[in-house]
Amino acid sequence: MAQVLPVTAPARLMVLEGIPAPVWVIGLLLLLMPALASNFVLFQIFGWSFILGMIALSLMVLAGYGGMVSLIQMTVGALAGYVVAILGTSGVPQISLGWPWWLHIPLAILVATLFGTLVGALAVRTEGIYTIMITLAIAAAFFYFTRQNYGIFNGYTGFNNVVPPALFGVDWRQPVPFYYLTLGCATLSYLAVVWMARTPFGLALQGVRDNPRRMSALGFSVTAHRILAYSFASVIAAVGGILLVWQNAQVVPGTAGIPQVIDILVIAVVGGLKRPIGPFIGALIYALLSVFSSDILLAFGMSGERFKLVVGLGFLAVVFFSPDGVLGLWERWRARPQGSGRDLRPANREARP
Amino acid sequence: MGTLHSFIARYPIWAIAILVLIVALAWLIVAPWPPGLEEAMGRKRVFLNAILSGITLGALYFLVASGFTLVFGLMRNVNLAHGSLYLLGGYIGYGVADVTGYWLLAFPVVFILVGALGLLLQHQVFRRMEGEELRQTMVTIGISIVLADLMLWFWGGQSYQLLSPDWLSGPTTLPLVSSIRPNGEAVYLSYPLVRIAILIAAIVIGLAMWFVLNRSRLGMLIRAGVDDRDILAASGVRIQYVFLAVFAFGAGMAGMAGIVGGTFQSLSPGEDTRFLLASLVVVIVGGMGSIPGAALGAVIIGLAEQVGLVYAPTYSVVFTFLIMATVLAFRPQGLLGAKH
Repeated sequence: MAQVLPVTAPARLMVLEGIPAPVWVIGLLLLLMPALASNFVLFQIFGWSFILGMIALSLMVLAGYGGMVSLIQMTVGALAGYVVAILGTSGVPQISLGWPWWLHIPLAILVATLFGTLVGALAVRTEGIYTIMITLAIAAAFFYFTRQNYGIFNGYTGFNNVVPPALFGVDWRQPVPFYYLTLGCATLSYLAVVWMARTPFGLALQGVRDNPRRMSALGFSVTAHRILAYSFASVIAAVGGILLVWQNAQVVPGTAGIPQVIDILVIAVVGGLKRPIGPFIGALIYALLSVFSSDILLAFGMSGERFKLVVGLGFLAVVFFSPDGVLGLWERWRARPQGSGRDLRPANREARP
Repeated sequence: MGTLHSFIARYPIWAIAILVLIVALAWLIVAPWPPGLEEAMGRKRVFLNAILSGITLGALYFLVASGFTLVFGLMRNVNLAHGSLYLLGGYIGYGVADVTGYWLLAFPVVFILVGALGLLLQHQVFRRMEGEELRQTMVTIGISIVLADLMLWFWGGQSYQLLSPDWLSGPTTLPLVSSIRPNGEAVYLSYPLVRIAILIAAIVIGLAMWFVLNRSRLGMLIRAGVDDRDILAASGVRIQYVFLAVFAFGAGMAGMAGIVGGTFQSLSPGEDTRFLLASLVVVIVGGMGSIPGAALGAVIIGLAEQVGLVYAPTYSVVFTFLIMATVLAFRPQGLLGAKH
């Protein structure tokens, strides 16, 4: 009987017993950020990065561990936001039901997870590029449907005034509380992904990614693992979506329009699809670019509207020269003086049953 | 037509159901409607218009999707910048028709220019990452983002419409009875001539593609490449040239479809993703890499969209999606797709 060896374990970057010094520094820096940064930076750059990073993280789970590039994650998040607006309170009292937060938030996550699982069940019937196309087509169908449907989704105008509940007497949309709220959710989802990758399920999922036929011969259900990965990713995307809707205080069809759906892929790819920290790096770059690109472009004498051009060219450059994203560039730069000792480490670890 | 025979032999009940559906549809189109039916379904003119719009929209979808599916079938690369080629072709065609005043002249110019861009893409981008499907997909997404912004820069956010030439404008009368006057005189349906012309052109192009693929030496090479690329290359065919030719043709077709789309709809930013998605759905439904599949998928999606728009306006998008989901659930390779 052959032993089941995890072929690669890139997920096990962070081991709790040996947290390296840079992580402590970054963690402390993030915790103390409100003392350093302005409210605008906290809310608009860091808050937004954490949210986009979470949604891109859900894509990273599917693409990095499951080998399935799904473009439905933004839509799952937007659906969760819609459910929060419909079941909770919003500026459209004719539709919103006004249920309490402890009911509508779990329900929103549940509905979005069910939707993500259902899409996953359809998408796993196909492979590779087909998955991209099918999830893209479903995302587009959701966009057009929410734009046309006025009974539930309030059509073109969507819902405005969707704000977080004032728990513990705190207005969570104030920059500092919102910063900590998003930081907390992002950290939790990051840790959840790191933990998931090391569970038997996570290892089996990576086995399915590397060799579905062998895993199926070993008695693992390939389809069930893939669909479950969609469910897991959908929970993270749903939380991210709810936070995004709270940040903008509104949810409209354009929340999950085609450009937004593609942006999530861009963020995840630019950051790197191999490690859970990648999407957050990509999201920070994206947020910085989108906030400051017009200033930079104007400084070079170009029109400030050409933000998409910069993002597109940057994305092209990353995909062309470093398929592993910015993280891949960083690793290659680190690996050069030290040899490849760092890369060998995960393979030496003892196998898990 | 051996596949048809084997289909009837294997699924007799389905074959009968499809036949009954086709006959019923033909009767609905040709025969004058009895008053009871008009009460239930509304005026026949509305129905006929929806059907014809669906079929002509399907013709446009076919023009866009055929290049897409051909490229995918041969090279296994998904060109997600296909919609951008469509929109670029439309814009260039508008410019040519606007400057020279000849609508027909736009077609060869656009075919050559957009086809050349296709050559460049295949030669500089796709050939460098052969077999890396995901990377190709992402690179084409990047290209489509860049192209979309460049086009927005160049042509702005307003929408353009190409004017069809005089000899194609105005309505024509079709030999289809739309209603019977009380005095017994039949009223025939009139319909925009340009749409009929586009439908005929799409049919001609589709047949020509079918003949080239199935009856010519180039088509033989392409079909052999679809079946087994490595063996074809090993038997001494310069397969890179075949790839270049097919990619350029597919790109040129997308560009010409842009002129057609700009004539009977309009061109504006966002149309590129719309038509990319339409091609995706069409080839998913019809079957990847199959030209007849693209034709079937295009007509089904076009009909579903237009008939849905007339009879259930809120849910027309859902129909398209439901069709796609049903096909995926029961026949993941598409209606006429081959299993790989």
